[in-house]
Amino acid sequence: MAFLKLESLRKAYGEFVAVKECSLSIGEGEFVCLLGPSGCGKTTTLQMIAGFVEPTEGRIILNGADITRLGPSKRGLGIVFQSYALFPHMTVAANVAFGLEMRAIAKRERRERVAHMLDLVRLDGFADRYPRQLSGGQRQRVALARALVIEPSVLLLDEPMGALDALLREEMQIELRALQKRLGITTIMVTHDQVEAMSLADRVVLLNNGSVEQVAEPFAMYEHPSGRFASTFLGKSNVLAGDVSGASVLVGDQELPADLAGMSGAVDYIIRPEKITFAAAGGLVRGQVTARVFLGDRWLYQLDTPVGPMQVIDTNVGLPKAVEGDAVGLVWAAENARVVARGAAS
Amino acid sequence: MSRTPIALHIFHWLFVLFMVAPLAVVVLVSFTDKGYISFPFDGASLRWFQAIWNQKSFIDSFWLSLALGATAATLAVVLAVPAAMAIAWHRFPARDLALALLMSPLMLPAIVLGIAILRLLSHLGMTGSLAGLVAAHMVVVLPYVLRLVIAAAAGYDHALSQAARSLGASAWAAFRRIELPQLVPGIAGGWIIAFVTSFDELTMSIFVSSAGTTTLPVRMYNYIANTIDPLLAAISTVLIALTLVLMIVLDRLFGLDRILGGKA
Amino acid sequence: MTKRLLLPYGLVGPGLLAALALVALPLLLTLSLSFLPFTYADGIGDGFTMANYVEIATDGYYQEIFLRTFLLALIVTGVSILIGAPEAYILARLSPFMRAIAFVVVLGPLLISVVVRTLGWTILLGNEGVINRVLLSIGLISEPIRLMYTFTGMAIALVHVLVPFVVLAVWTSLQKLDPATEQAAESLGAGPLTTLTRIVLPQVLPGVLSGGLIVFALASSAFATPAIIGGRRLKVVSTTIYDEFLNYLNWPLGAALALVLLVIVLVISVGVSRFVERRYKQAFQ
Repeated sequence: MAFLKLESLRKAYGEFVAVKECSLSIGEGEFVCLLGPSGCGKTTTLQMIAGFVEPTEGRIILNGADITRLGPSKRGLGIVFQSYALFPHMTVAANVAFGLEMRAIAKRERRERVAHMLDLVRLDGFADRYPRQLSGGQRQRVALARALVIEPSVLLLDEPMGALDALLREEMQIELRALQKRLGITTIMVTHDQVEAMSLADRVVLLNNGSVEQVAEPFAMYEHPSGRFASTFLGKSNVLAGDVSGASVLVGDQELPADLAGMSGAVDYIIRPEKITFAAAGGLVRGQVTARVFLGDRWLYQLDTPVGPMQVIDTNVGLPKAVEGDAVGLVWAAENARVVARGAAS
Repeated sequence: MSRTPIALHIFHWLFVLFMVAPLAVVVLVSFTDKGYISFPFDGASLRWFQAIWNQKSFIDSFWLSLALGATAATLAVVLAVPAAMAIAWHRFPARDLALALLMSPLMLPAIVLGIAILRLLSHLGMTGSLAGLVAAHMVVVLPYVLRLVIAAAAGYDHALSQAARSLGASAWAAFRRIELPQLVPGIAGGWIIAFVTSFDELTMSIFVSSAGTTTLPVRMYNYIANTIDPLLAAISTVLIALTLVLMIVLDRLFGLDRILGGKA
Repeated sequence: MTKRLLLPYGLVGPGLLAALALVALPLLLTLSLSFLPFTYADGIGDGFTMANYVEIATDGYYQEIFLRTFLLALIVTGVSILIGAPEAYILARLSPFMRAIAFVVVLGPLLISVVVRTLGWTILLGNEGVINRVLLSIGLISEPIRLMYTFTGMAIALVHVLVPFVVLAVWTSLQKLDPATEQAAESLGAGPLTTLTRIVLPQVLPGVLSGGLIVFALASSAFATPAIIGGRRLKVVSTTIYDEFLNYLNWPLGAALALVLLVIVLVISVGVSRFVERRYKQAFQ
């Protein structure tokens, strides 16, 4: 049952098309991430849902009602802005109370709800501070409290972690996810960080060049990318251009095993570097190690092979398995390789 | 942003009319063929523009103001650039005091500064001297240069100097080759604002200039005090045209709001 | 090491000397001048007297001039804020092309001599001037309104000369404003008017006040515009100082007038900016 529905949303600024076509159904209580590189149209999509940008075409249905032409102040959505957009001249409490004030909530109830919300985001005791006097993480929690206190039907988050450093970001992600689960609020978050999207979202919407590339749960999207773009934007991939030949794929002179399911013609053969293992002799492909990088928990190997340069990731369980200049064989299981028609999805 | 209400548009155009009207009327009046100011008028001519050439005193004053503005602005740059570097890049006792003193001509009413410098010059027996006029103008325009150069210096990345020194540059070479070029936009903007301010300055100059050193604004003021005729409108039109050209150049180079920020 | 410590003084020294010689010293000389006695028969005498200040404080003639000056400054400041701040807000919403044109029109006059701008107003304001002719011809008035040599005329011309400072100051603080705060207010249910008064206005208020302060300081000491539009009879402090110095040659009294003007302007300026600083210290630093 779709709670929020985007029907063929399109946004063009004269010649420039920011969003070509975006259709999406979001269930109540679901956490959806709009993921993509900058300029993919994810922020424009969010701005259309929020009501700050009017769609050129398409409709937005919230809980059965068409809100496409409704002003942003009447939509009742909670928004956390990338810059947080805290009102600098108001205290934390006044910032959080603002939305309630606009709803003409009585002062007494206002105070209670603000206090409760500040408690929820662990900012009790900061009510009388001004935004300038807060740290980045605290500011973000104020923005979250301000958006949530009006009990919005949908929570919109625009790159909310963008301004935080790595450690704080991880902490806030866990906190945000817990809060969202507890309140059961439908949430749409825009991000360009694939790790963030995968770790937070129930479903990821991958956008590229103003179009939806793939919609899937994080694990499914990682394991079954729709094409070259999805496989390289989410994690690393070796993408080899080849042609279907009988029951396998021919890349250069090499025949590589695959689950073809009746495909034919020009294809992209996709294999994740961590699905590949070394073999001293034989292997599907043989290559020479040109570089290796130590990543702590893993080793990343760069190889030259007859099918082109390839990457292999191997868990660090002690000594590295190969050094620069070694000739090694590479093996993987046919079911771990993905074959997609070339250019099917860019 | 297209949702601006119509009332705001009306307000905007009334405001624009208010700002343009007195200048537009000066320009229009200067094309009259009558011997007196009247508007609207029926005969158009360029006779008042030709008349300017016969007013040697105005021509002389124009060149004087031009030279005065250029000299005062240049001297102000020479003094303000090192001062701005000290104030922006160093913390030293009396820094705030130095800044306040250098900026003080902005805080002081021009009329007060005018009589104060007149008093000083009369003490020194230099009343009406060209040197006195130049010095007075220099100190008045110095804050404009200082402010823009401090802003430029504050945005300077010191890693650039460190990089230069690490590559073997002496302190002087680092200044000449790296630091100064980075400050050039601020210096150029400051010089132009200083020049324009000096060129337009009236209130202080009335007290400091003499019969031999009458700047253009002072001569125009004295002329208006006696009579208002189309000659003055013609001279004003020439000045407005020159300013318009300067404005377009400034907007291209710096952005008008940014450079005029140094004026307020 | 001492070389490095002395460097800033070496850099700032020449400018500082110039400021001391051409600002501080002249002001001290003016202060001493204001305590000298003066008679029309003998000119400036020797000695020390408070007579000039006593005259300013007790003579109704000067009180009226000071009152007129600051009333004028206050009105000009108020009107400038009232029309300048909305104009800055509109500028921020114009398309880039229209804004560039508006900039030239609104800020450009700052680069044009006050004499030229005031000349324009004398042509507009006279009994035979453009404003009266237009009003007469459309039948709004039956006989010319006197605007030249009036308080109203001075105020109109001074607003024209000084309003760009308000536009500029408010424009600058609007630039610093995060446009997302307006969107945030809207998303929380605020209408356009509420957003303007509760979110935008408080954030640009320091800009409005600092712009107003500049206008007030310049209006209360303006010379050319009151001299030309106000004429001989409608005197303000600065035109009075001019007359004392260059017409009556009563320098001590002129100096005393100038210093009183200076002190009042400085006290008000410093007072207001202190207030603004304290009021907004927590929110804006």
